[in-house]
Amino acid sequence: MTAPAVLPKLVGQRVRRREDPRLIQGRGTYVDDVTIAGLQHLAFKRSDIPHGRILSIDTSAAEALDGVEAIFTGAQIAEFLGPMPVPTPFPAPEHRAVAADVVRYVGDPVAVVVARDRYLARDAADAITVDCEPLPAVVDPEAALSGQPAVLHADFPNNVAVGPLPAGTGVGRGGQVDDSAVDGAFAEAEVVVSQRMVNQRLAPTAIEPRGVVAHFEPGKETLTIWSSTQNPHILRTHVAALTGLGQDQVRAIAPEVGGGFGAKINIYGEDLVAAAVSKRLGLPVKWVEDRSEAFLATIHGRGIIGYVDIAARRDGRVLGLKLRLVADIGAYNMLLTAVVPTQTMRMANGTYAFPVVRATLTEVFTNKTPTDAYRGAGRPEAAYFVERAMDMLAREIGMDPAELRRRNFIQPHQFPYKTQVGALYDSGDYEKALDRALEKAGWEQLKAERDAARADGRLVGLGLSMYVEICGLGPSARLPNGGWEYSQVTVERDGRISATTGVSPHGQGNETTFAQMLADQFGVPLEHIRIHHGDTAVVKQGIGTFGSRSQAVGGAALHLAGGKVKTKMAKFAAALLEAHEGDLVFENGRIAVAGAPAAGKTFAEVAAYAHRPVKLPAGLEPGLSEEAFFEPPNNTYPFGCHIALLEVDRDTGEPRLLRMVAVDDAGNLINPLIVEGQIHGGLTQGIGQALVEEVVYGDDGQPLTGSLMDYAIPRATDFPRFELDNTVTPTPVNPLGAKGVGEAGTIGSTPCIVSAAVDALGGFGVRHIDMLLRPEKLWRIIHGGNA
Amino acid sequence: MAQVSITVNGRQRTADVEPRLLLVHFLREHLNLTGTHVGCDTSQCGACTVLLDGRSAKSCTLFAVQADGSEVTTIEGLADGDRLHPLQEGFWEEHGLQCGYCTPGMIMSAVNLLHDNPQPTEQEIRDGLDGNLCRCTGYQHIVNAVQHAAERTNRG
Ligand code: FES
Ligand code: FES
Repeated sequence: MTAPAVLPKLVGQRVRRREDPRLIQGRGTYVDDVTIAGLQHLAFKRSDIPHGRILSIDTSAAEALDGVEAIFTGAQIAEFLGPMPVPTPFPAPEHRAVAADVVRYVGDPVAVVVARDRYLARDAADAITVDCEPLPAVVDPEAALSGQPAVLHADFPNNVAVGPLPAGTGVGRGGQVDDSAVDGAFAEAEVVVSQRMVNQRLAPTAIEPRGVVAHFEPGKETLTIWSSTQNPHILRTHVAALTGLGQDQVRAIAPEVGGGFGAKINIYGEDLVAAAVSKRLGLPVKWVEDRSEAFLATIHGRGIIGYVDIAARRDGRVLGLKLRLVADIGAYNMLLTAVVPTQTMRMANGTYAFPVVRATLTEVFTNKTPTDAYRGAGRPEAAYFVERAMDMLAREIGMDPAELRRRNFIQPHQFPYKTQVGALYDSGDYEKALDRALEKAGWEQLKAERDAARADGRLVGLGLSMYVEICGLGPSARLPNGGWEYSQVTVERDGRISATTGVSPHGQGNETTFAQMLADQFGVPLEHIRIHHGDTAVVKQGIGTFGSRSQAVGGAALHLAGGKVKTKMAKFAAALLEAHEGDLVFENGRIAVAGAPAAGKTFAEVAAYAHRPVKLPAGLEPGLSEEAFFEPPNNTYPFGCHIALLEVDRDTGEPRLLRMVAVDDAGNLINPLIVEGQIHGGLTQGIGQALVEEVVYGDDGQPLTGSLMDYAIPRATDFPRFELDNTVTPTPVNPLGAKGVGEAGTIGSTPCIVSAAVDALGGFGVRHIDMLLRPEKLWRIIHGGNA
Repeated sequence: MAQVSITVNGRQRTADVEPRLLLVHFLREHLNLTGTHVGCDTSQCGACTVLLDGRSAKSCTLFAVQADGSEVTTIEGLADGDRLHPLQEGFWEEHGLQCGYCTPGMIMSAVNLLHDNPQPTEQEIRDGLDGNLCRCTGYQHIVNAVQHAAERTNRG
């Protein structure tokens, strides 16, 4: 008997996704596809002014419509639904899912309609009239700091939500500040570059808007909630708490989720209202956001001003960096609103061994949609401020921007490296990533091409940026709901494998990557493995998908659970084979003594024995199912280098990206095809921030980007083919050596594009251009107008 | 109420509908064909794209009554039994989707594109998909997917 061919190892392979067959045939079930007999539809009446006191709400015309089941104003909702959860350590004003007395941004809900169908619900919401006494709108976050023209929340004088909060060199544990080292570094400097920069507000814009179906079943006293969420377990926790149910009575399901990008981490008022209304009425209800509504009702990202000062010697040695941040967080604290800008402080060192760093953060309430996590969540902002500062410094001292970086890197032998602002970088080799990117881009030749193009009168520029970011969120001390991840692995009676994971993928492809891992771990075909996720009744515990944690935390939990099952299975196999478990190999769906594969047992045989152990081996319980919680000891810190070549049209001011090179180091990779997809998507959003996207409010607090007609996201024609490469620096933080990759592309690309534009227009005397790089803005620089 | 009769994926469907009912809601809610998605309310995203009498159309931008007497193909009607359409194969093979929400509309637009231009250049593919938004992929793998399908179709 000849041994069967050995199954190929799958980790590291470009395996096509197991999610795709259903999605390419229109067979996925997204939340709006969920139907239940008797389903009612919700529509929210929202404030159309940014700030005002509610005087009266007239719902009579709406109530008269045939098919309207109920209408609740904010005051009525408050009778059976408590304030929104804000579990961050910072103080937060009370936030009602539906405003009862004061509205604080355009889009703030004031009433909710329950009706037979979605068109009717909208008709009824439109028929509600709200009488509001307008209050002055707070729009400019810096002006707001003097309490002008109004104060949003009485308990927060001068609209200060958080801060000023210092971090970095000379800042003690209790927040006491000693400026001597920072002042000394700046006094020693031969050159200081200072710049105010705006990292503008963005709308996350997952193509599937948010949505929820809530179904309270009075007979069973249970509530099932389907939501377009990145973290059903956290949703369950908060829904249970706010509806007065136990967590055992609530089942949260994240069905197919059409993108999240951080915006679907939050616990939104609409989900809580749906749950509470369903419980109140004993009816299933559905709410699906309109796109235009999403621009008001779903969190925004970024929205932070940075004042950067960088001190250096003329030889390129940086002596210190100061970063003063003013975050425009909008009207309320959502789940992580206050935390996101602290991540910008935390990454103020970038990839550099700056001897002194001081960051200071103030968060300000304004009459706008709240901000919260959007892909990168604090790290893109940090990379932007630091890398733009490095670029300005390079121009100031006339040094190649790559060379300036090289002279200031944290060196490989310095890891783990504790930065001045307190982050503990796990591992890194920044110079390697820089060199790989320079080589891939052909840096020296590119410079020559740029110069030749300029000699022809073209406005061509080169931009380079490094980045380092935070992935693998946890640990638990850093996240309000815990930072571990959970997995259960079961070898079924027929020898096939079911696994559950607490991460909740919505495009990341974990049904594929996690199956690849188990296939290798157990030596079984991919087809024999199924990964379950996104349902709290199936996955016993979990945290969710955000902060690039799927692989680094969720994958690690899976690996540990798999290891436990494998150990147990080996014991059963050893008993069957009368062999020593240490001599067994798992290969080709069989367990056998090493060197004698033919005499082994199939998975099905061992599994059948484990589930009917006629003679139970001593010390074993029946069955082959084990679980694991993985608590990461630290975050991972992936890094990379991005290079852009960009041309600005002299006549129209239109910027055109010509080349984009990205070298990313995410540690060990499970599926390079999926990793590339993540980087492509991230790059597109990062470049999008520089070139096409901006949430705009008028001086009166009215949003001017209220639909996809006014807010642009990148289209297929906007950018060229991306050129990717990677280096591999494994992390010691988890057993896989994987760092995470979901956000990387969004972080390095943005400053790189702006630096390329500044390089292209350097001849006109600019050294910084605030995003968004609108053609009009660039045209004014070229043609001498006011930028 | 108005009566409409529309042939959807080869099957004639007749119903009484509100005149304001959008075609996309007719497909999704009356026929339970939920593969066609809604991503916006201003005709920008293309998630709702179907074939209307053989041409791609945004089904959120038409009333069901406007499609009366027409033939509609949705993503559910694209495969030939168990045999995937070459574009479905291409999207699978080239990782042309992540969350999958834009995908049905993207594929239907690509069907129209390859029908008009069986051997498109990369730029022609990008131009042809300009009316479909994807927030996940950055489009590069979608371009690869369409190229994959074009090559395969042209090889026969
Ligand atoms: S739903 Fe966006 S174009 Fe139709
Ligand atoms: S795959 Fe998510 S929007 Fe395209």
